[in-house]
Amino acid sequence: MAELQARGEQPEYLVWIGSAGAYDDRYKKVSRALVKVLTYLDISYAVLGTEESSSGDVARRAGNEMLFQMQAMTNVELMNAYGVKKIITADPHAYNAFKNEYPDFGGHYEVWHHSQFFQKLIREGTLKLDGQAFRDATITFHDPCYLGRANGEYDAPRDVLKATPARLKEMPRNRSFALCCGAGGGQMFKEAESGDKEVFIERTEEALDTRAGVIATACPYCMVMITDGLKYKNREEDVRNLDIAEIIEQSLEL
Amino acid sequence: MIKQIVFIIALLITLGVFTYTFFRVLAYFKLTHQDYPVRNLGRRFKEMMRVAVGQTKIFRRPVIGLLHALVFWGFLVILIGSIEMVVDGILGTERIFRALGVVYDVIIGAGDVFALIIAIAVAVFLVRRLFLHVRRFAGIEMDHKKHVDANIALSLILILMISLLGLNTFYVQHALAAGHEIHGVFPVSQLLAPLFASMPADQLYLYHEINWWVHILVIFFFANYLPYSKHFHVYLSVPNVFLSRLDPLGKLYTMENVKKEVQMMMDPNAAFEEPSGEEEEVGRFGVKDVEDVSWKTYFDSLACTQCGRCTSVCPANITGKKLSPRKIIMDVRERMKEKGPGMLKEGSDYSDGKALLRDHITEEELWACTLCNACAQECPININHPSLIVEMRRYLVMEESSGPGDLNAIFTNIENNGAPWQYSQEDRLQWAEELYINE
Repeated sequence: MAELQARGEQPEYLVWIGSAGAYDDRYKKVSRALVKVLTYLDISYAVLGTEESSSGDVARRAGNEMLFQMQAMTNVELMNAYGVKKIITADPHAYNAFKNEYPDFGGHYEVWHHSQFFQKLIREGTLKLDGQAFRDATITFHDPCYLGRANGEYDAPRDVLKATPARLKEMPRNRSFALCCGAGGGQMFKEAESGDKEVFIERTEEALDTRAGVIATACPYCMVMITDGLKYKNREEDVRNLDIAEIIEQSLEL
Repeated sequence: MIKQIVFIIALLITLGVFTYTFFRVLAYFKLTHQDYPVRNLGRRFKEMMRVAVGQTKIFRRPVIGLLHALVFWGFLVILIGSIEMVVDGILGTERIFRALGVVYDVIIGAGDVFALIIAIAVAVFLVRRLFLHVRRFAGIEMDHKKHVDANIALSLILILMISLLGLNTFYVQHALAAGHEIHGVFPVSQLLAPLFASMPADQLYLYHEINWWVHILVIFFFANYLPYSKHFHVYLSVPNVFLSRLDPLGKLYTMENVKKEVQMMMDPNAAFEEPSGEEEEVGRFGVKDVEDVSWKTYFDSLACTQCGRCTSVCPANITGKKLSPRKIIMDVRERMKEKGPGMLKEGSDYSDGKALLRDHITEEELWACTLCNACAQECPININHPSLIVEMRRYLVMEESSGPGDLNAIFTNIENNGAPWQYSQEDRLQWAEELYINE
């Protein structure tokens, strides 16, 4: 972003990578897939790079309102200074924070979850996913809480999957009934309270029961949890956990 | 005339007790904290029509949902008949609304059919509660008293419906025996009436009177039992939906008192802009005890019917953790019942040495939540459990710094390097390096 500004250019979209997108080894691949697809589609975008910082979502949900607000105000100040108007992000938690919570701090943006952005391009006909990568695949989609229940978006990721030749198979608990992956509200960073089972295992088992070869996710937390679940169940060899962006990347053979 | 006097006395007692309860509950509300302002009345009305009157969220469980919806819609229709009975009782008239003509026929006819439907539905509910093991009716918060309360309420409704069918049946048969005109339509009761064809008219009249009195007196009792029962939801669920938050479930409310402090921290000039005057009472951050709870959360707790749909979809609860969203909401009501009277007597500083936090809701429960909003999504009357859980976490983190150690570590990391993990912010673009090589 800084480089573009130095050259006097103003990108149309800010792509928000998020902390997981920057630091989590598995999820970095999603960040790369996302920008590759955007570049392929000739979208005018930029990232904040080293100026990006935590959205504060996890701090807020873990009860640290003070820290969340500091993050929010800092981020809003930065984004407003760069004249950001539109944001694309693969992280539903950042999406929710920007869309619903940052307006309280003077941050008013047109916020797109990447699945919504790609849904729009598919509808407009600019993005076609009829590549053969998923020709014989069965995909099940795990709804992220902060895209689904929190913001009522259930169709966008499914529309992206339906644009591929793959077969879509739903889990019993889907859409607004979907079971959480178990990572939200700060859970990803702490030990779970004692119980009979880990939430991510319960959800992974449900996904495996569909016999789909691909479990599609659209959230960094969900990806970490489902990937862990597949390892725990010793199924990471035959079942893949892919983000919506990666499915597009592979369909386009980028 | 005597009948009228007896009726009016019964009515006055009913209203008297009700008024007492009303002001008592109102006084408890005054102890609670402020919440969002109730604006957008048009949108609220729509939400009320959709969720409460339309019963849309109940239908997320279609079979049992349909039974409940029939009971609710039937209740609305029968309510009109009950109002007529009160007017009749005061004036000493009989079926005074018959002046409405065809409209009256429709209302009374529908009420007669609904009485049977509700009786059947409530019987099913009772069988479910008494003989079937429905998982969501169990749980640590569902002690014996809760089950008794549920069964009393259902039994009272069953008595109401049987007595309504009874009074209709004997009304029809008495009119036939005495050669009176029948006002209203009775699709169910007219089928039952012939069973009593052999009875003399005066006996039919007596049985009509008995059913009439049982029906109205049970209504009077029920009306005053409800506010002390989980069935308070008969009064409160529709207004609870009307008053519910309209924002997306993902939004958490901004704490304005924190915002002021953060603004001052981030911009020292702001501290001087506002006339600081006397140090404003900042108040407690978050919720520790029931007086910190917002009026809306207290409303939620009174409107809750303990149906347990929230708990049945909670990922923490499903996987055996201690958290039960239903319990969290019920605890608020319990705690107000425990502490409220003392606060009303001795003022808001009153302390009984206990608190909502720890004595009712443990930290283990609060930290087990994933904020996935499944509970709030499921609640048929738009109760919002996560907002209370977050408010209590806010107290733990900001007042006591007593959150789980792992979370304190990520707070420190976010403060220092802008991410939950301990990586340098300078490395934030490393993910893209591979891309540059490719280009």
